[in-house]
Amino acid sequence: MPLIEAKNLSKSYGAIRAVRDVSFAVDRGEVVGFLGPNGAGKSTTMKMLTGHLRADEGAAVIAGFDVADQAVQAKQHLGYSPEGAPAYGEMTVREFLRFAADLRGLANPAESVRQTLDLCRLNEVAAQTIDTLSKGYRMRVGFAQAVIHDPEVLILDEPTDGLDPNQKFEVRRILKEMAARKAVIVSTHILEEVGELCTRVIVIAKGEVRCDESREKFLARGSDLNAVFRQLTA
Amino acid sequence: MSSSEKISSPGLKPFTAMVRREFAGYFRTPLAYVFLAVFNAFAVSLAFFVGGLYESGIASLDRFFLYHPWLWAFLAPAAGARLWAEERRQGTIELLLTWPITVWQAALGKFLAAWLFLACALLMTVPVALTVGWLGDPDWGVIIAGYAGSLLCAGACLGIAAIASALTRSQVIAFVTGFLACFVLVLVGYGVFDELLAGLLGSAGVDEVRRLGLWRNLEPFTLGLVDVRPIAYFLSVAFAGLGLSTIIVERR
Repeated sequence: MPLIEAKNLSKSYGAIRAVRDVSFAVDRGEVVGFLGPNGAGKSTTMKMLTGHLRADEGAAVIAGFDVADQAVQAKQHLGYSPEGAPAYGEMTVREFLRFAADLRGLANPAESVRQTLDLCRLNEVAAQTIDTLSKGYRMRVGFAQAVIHDPEVLILDEPTDGLDPNQKFEVRRILKEMAARKAVIVSTHILEEVGELCTRVIVIAKGEVRCDESREKFLARGSDLNAVFRQLTA
Repeated sequence: MSSSEKISSPGLKPFTAMVRREFAGYFRTPLAYVFLAVFNAFAVSLAFFVGGLYESGIASLDRFFLYHPWLWAFLAPAAGARLWAEERRQGTIELLLTWPITVWQAALGKFLAAWLFLACALLMTVPVALTVGWLGDPDWGVIIAGYAGSLLCAGACLGIAAIASALTRSQVIAFVTGFLACFVLVLVGYGVFDELLAGLLGSAGVDEVRRLGLWRNLEPFTLGLVDVRPIAYFLSVAFAGLGLSTIIVERR
C-alpha cells in the first residue's frame, strides 16, 4: 500500500483551475521532489494532500486514511510544514514543540520534545521565542514540529527556501537520515536539490503533472537541468 | 518508534492542550494586563461615579452590573479578536488544521479559554462586592446571581466576537465589527431602534426585539431572579456564535 495517494485531485479558485486531475502514489522509502514554477499548483496540491484544502474532485489518502473522511487518523500519520514554516511567534521553541506534542496526543511528550530538539539541533535556541529567531532557525522549527511524532508521511513545502548553504545541507542531512522509513514529498524550485536528496521527481506546471519519473531518468534528460525544467514546464 | 506506536489514545489531551495554550496566550503579551486593568477601572468607576453605588446607600450591586453589557460589548470583542484572525495572520491556521484535532475541538478550546480569561477579569472585581458586604448587609445570593449573569453575558458577546474573528485576518477589523454587533444588542434593549422597528414590525414585534437586548436579559440576574429564558438567550447566542465561527473556518 502506498503511504501517499493523490487520486485525480482537482481544485479551482473561481475561474482559475489551479490543479487539474493530478494523480500519483508515493511508497515508503521514496523522497519525491515536487518541482514546478511559482503558481504551478504545487502548494495547492500539498494543501489538498494534507487536508488543509478540500479538493473539488478526487481524493487524497495518507497511510490508508482518506484525509476528508478520516481526517484525524490521516493527520496522525502526517507531518507537514507549510510554506514559510508558520509558527506561534510568541511561544518559545520548547513551548511550541510541547504544544505540538500534546496536540498530537503523544504518549511521552517531554521525551519527544527532547529528541526533536536534538535531532533538529535546536537546543541552543530552545528557550527563545520563535519571533526572535533567524529565518534558518525558524525553518528548522517548522521542520521540527512536522517530525516530532516520527510520522510515516512527511510533506514539506519549500523547507530549504531562504536558507544559507550550510543550513540547506543540515536540513537535507536530517531528511536523508530518516527517509528510508518514510514517504516524503518535498516541494522546491531548487533543481540541485533533486540530485542530492530525491529518489523521484514529479514536475507540475499549470496544474498538471508534466513528468513523473525516477531521479536517474530525470537527470538523464540533459546536463542543463534549468533547460530541462524550462522545456517541461513551458 | 513509528507514529502509530507513539500515539497513545489521545483522549482529551489535545483539547486541554488547546485550552491551555490559548489561555496562556493572553498573558504572553502585555495586552492581557492592559485589558484586565481597563476592565477593572471601568467596572469600578462606572459603578461608583456614574451609577452612584455609594451614594445610593443600598447594599446591592445592581448599579455595578448595570454597566456590564457596555463593558462586555467593548471588551469581549477585544479579547475575542485574536481567536482566528491571529491564526490567519501568522499562517498558523494551516498548521492547526493539519494537526489531528477537529476544527470543532479547536474552536471550542479557543472559546473556552477566552471565556475563562473574561471570567478572570470579572473575578478581579470581587473586592467591589466585598466592599458592599463590609459597608452593609447585601443578599449574597443576589450578588452571586449577578456575577453568573454577567459571565453569561460575556459569553454571548464572545460568541459574536468569534464570528467577527473568523471572517478576517485583521484583529482590528475583527474587533470593530464584533464591537458594533454587540453594541447593537446593547442599544436594542434600551429601545433606541423602537421607532424604526415599529415601522417594520409593528408594536408587538418591537417588544419581541427588545427582549434581545443584553441588559434586558441581565437585569433579572441582578435582582436575584435566575430564570430559564435569559440563561437560554445568553447560551444560545454564545453557542450560535461558536458554531457559526467554526463553520466559517471549516469552509474557508
